[in-house]
Amino acid sequence: MAPTRLSRTEFAIWVAAAVAVVGLPLLLPIFSIVQLTVFLIFCLLAVSLDLAWGLAGLLSFGHAAFFGVGGYAYGILAVNGLATPAALLAGGISGALLAGILGYVAFYGRVSTIFLAVMTLTVTLILLQVMGSTADPSYRIGSAVLGGYNGITNIPSLALGLPLLPSIELGPAGFFRFVGGFLIVVLALGRLMTFAPFGRILATIRENEQRTELSGYDVRWRKLAVFAASGGIAGVAGGLFASWGNFINPEVFSLSQSAQVVIWVLVGGRGLLYGAVIGALVVQALTQYLGAIGTAYTALVLGLLMVAFVLLLREGLVPTFLRLSLILPRHKTPA
Amino acid sequence: MQHLLVNFIGGAFAIASLLLLSLGLAVIYGMMGVINLAQGEFVMLGAYTVLFTAAHGLTLWLGIVLAPVVVGLIGILVERGIIRFLYGRPLDTMLATWGLSLAFIAGTTLIVGPTTEGVATPFQHLTIGEYSVAVYNIFVIGIAAASFALTWFLFRFTKIGLLARATMQNAEMVAALGVSPPRIYMLTFGFGSALAGLAGAVMAPLTGVVPTLGMAFIAKIFITVTVGSTAIFTGTLAASGIFGAVESIVAFLSTPIYGQVAMLLCALVLLRVAPQGISSLWRRHG
Amino acid sequence: MMVQTESSTPLLLETRCLSKEFGGVHALDGVNFRLRRGELRSLIGPNGAGKSTFFKILSGQLQPSKGDVLFDGKAIVGLPPHRIARLGIGIKNQVPSLWDGLSVYEHFWLAAYRHTGKRGAMERADRLLQQLGLWQKASQSVGTLSHGERQWVEIGMVMAQEPLLLLLDEPAAGMTEEEVERTAALLRAINTEASLIVVEHDMQFIRMLEGLVTVFYQGRVLMEDTIDAVLADAKVREVYLGTADSHG
Repeated sequence: MAPTRLSRTEFAIWVAAAVAVVGLPLLLPIFSIVQLTVFLIFCLLAVSLDLAWGLAGLLSFGHAAFFGVGGYAYGILAVNGLATPAALLAGGISGALLAGILGYVAFYGRVSTIFLAVMTLTVTLILLQVMGSTADPSYRIGSAVLGGYNGITNIPSLALGLPLLPSIELGPAGFFRFVGGFLIVVLALGRLMTFAPFGRILATIRENEQRTELSGYDVRWRKLAVFAASGGIAGVAGGLFASWGNFINPEVFSLSQSAQVVIWVLVGGRGLLYGAVIGALVVQALTQYLGAIGTAYTALVLGLLMVAFVLLLREGLVPTFLRLSLILPRHKTPA
Repeated sequence: MQHLLVNFIGGAFAIASLLLLSLGLAVIYGMMGVINLAQGEFVMLGAYTVLFTAAHGLTLWLGIVLAPVVVGLIGILVERGIIRFLYGRPLDTMLATWGLSLAFIAGTTLIVGPTTEGVATPFQHLTIGEYSVAVYNIFVIGIAAASFALTWFLFRFTKIGLLARATMQNAEMVAALGVSPPRIYMLTFGFGSALAGLAGAVMAPLTGVVPTLGMAFIAKIFITVTVGSTAIFTGTLAASGIFGAVESIVAFLSTPIYGQVAMLLCALVLLRVAPQGISSLWRRHG
Repeated sequence: MMVQTESSTPLLLETRCLSKEFGGVHALDGVNFRLRRGELRSLIGPNGAGKSTFFKILSGQLQPSKGDVLFDGKAIVGLPPHRIARLGIGIKNQVPSLWDGLSVYEHFWLAAYRHTGKRGAMERADRLLQQLGLWQKASQSVGTLSHGERQWVEIGMVMAQEPLLLLLDEPAAGMTEEEVERTAALLRAINTEASLIVVEHDMQFIRMLEGLVTVFYQGRVLMEDTIDAVLADAKVREVYLGTADSHG
């Protein structure tokens, strides 16, 4: 039994999205495909935050830290000659580990959600300063020169292949399909989890954690599990980002980068996962438009947007839209 | 002996500056349970107040007196315009003030430009044997101690301080006494902002003034307030003491950046040992 | 009056010298309390007597400053709330505490799922909807329910855990007279399979429960007897009314 389940319409939408991911590179010029790829990577990052925030109510203010750590892990390992899929996996594991450590301190110490937010933000700020201080060429890991604010350059692109055969670089279209495919898999699994008992228990933690504990559920490991998974997916997104641009620099740890992730999910709406995707796309489109005027204007608008959404449109765009159009799925009971 | 004295002053300065920077947020968090993510930008605006008065040929002292007033008023505006709609929703408060922080940095950059401006230090150096100590650092220690004592006095012995503490305990009871809790919250937030403004003004000659100034301090402030928890005075003092010492020792041995890393690691351990805040280590039911 | 006091029935719960201090105030001050298996006990006492603190310690939501709690022979002080719940103590707090965005059905299903798995959870949830008369509201989110209905949802969640001991803090508060009667009948029905401790202020309701009454006052047990004996006691009247000679 599942108290609510995936609707047939939604299943159809996932199939359509998969078709689009496969088909788009045939229709659009390479330049647009490359641009869309980075949008999809940001969507993945947004979805990873929504897994923790929307499903379990665990707001991380430092999701950029998990993203950045994943990117650096991918970069350092790939530059040192590790097979790129393994480096990508290592990126995910690094993100999960960092999230796991912070989550362990927060959840097993029963510190409040405020502290989780503050601690994640603090870690991000310190990572920014630490990675920024590595300008001296003596800061190197193997053959990867950390490069301070210039970051690591010449990071190999993701190449897939079978064991024993030479692996092939994916090229823009292949990489787009890989990122899109990964995003759809994460979304679909995340949606299935939302309706599975584990996801429902996460929802109870979000609504009233005390009640969940009094019903006999250990909330600590569940929160740790979803938070680490969220950090892991953010880490993979970071690795994909490093592969996409062939570089990574401490800018990924900046406060504005962390804020962006939160803004995507805040604008799109929490708990649905695809709301985060829509939020990331809308805000990125806006950012690109404003970026032409000046970065300070972008930051000003994003900051004010954040204040406005918290005060006036707390639910976010997608849930508000669903509610207004009265198709918000009622909790169905198989009675 | 002289060497020890100089090191002692250095450590005391690290602790005092941390205390001065954190006190405002400690008051806001301790009294209202709210974390203001724009606190770093309040520090920055305090520093710009000093820069502005200096640019008009006025003395630094006037700037230092003016900064808490200006930033306190900005704080009250922020409380009226944003924070008061979000009481009881601490995470939303953080989100909104984060947006505000981005907007403050961007807005300041648009108005005054992104460059770092200097403010002249008014004192010279003091020679202790073969060492020299900046007199201004000793002045910062004095200001930190004075603000701490003044804040403590205000909350402990004045009527408004008593009302603020009573509001924190039981807002309904205070309302029944005919005092409006929203007014108390507004003043508390304003006071916490004013302290940040003062800290910014006092630190400005040492750090230079730039729109992103707040980001240099905010990690330290968060760590101190988080570990100090709701014990405004004992917690913040103890946390500043520990982190100031850790930071200055590690910074002395390596670089200031690793000083901050050491602070963070130390904070994670402390939070795991004493999740209810550092003061719970010696108060059984803190 | 069916009062179970036979000393042959084994103890289910025992507290020894249980104390809780909040910043110098003694909320509980050396409580020695015993409950036999199958009992339905009522706790009464003026506000601040320590009843809710007592419940919060029993369910692991608070740690005592001193003293022991033995449940079914095991010491449970220091265990996290979810472990205590699994040992068989279910609690409804004074202020209804639910998962507001979720439906009534999900509340019962999720409360049972931990103990029964999927299939059993469905059966228990269906039975509880039936038993509590919430069938028609099954798919409503609990945020839309009336106060009395919310109380029942929380009682139903505790029942879904099928605990050995139910702790119900003011289960009839805010209910209409008819709802109060139904609740009393429900608790007596639960009592055929489990033990209960009920905190209430409504003496009519306590009378309907037909069990022993323990009176808390200033963090201590003042007396323990039948409802009639308690109400006739001069000390209890004084505690409740301030003067010994007013009516109850």
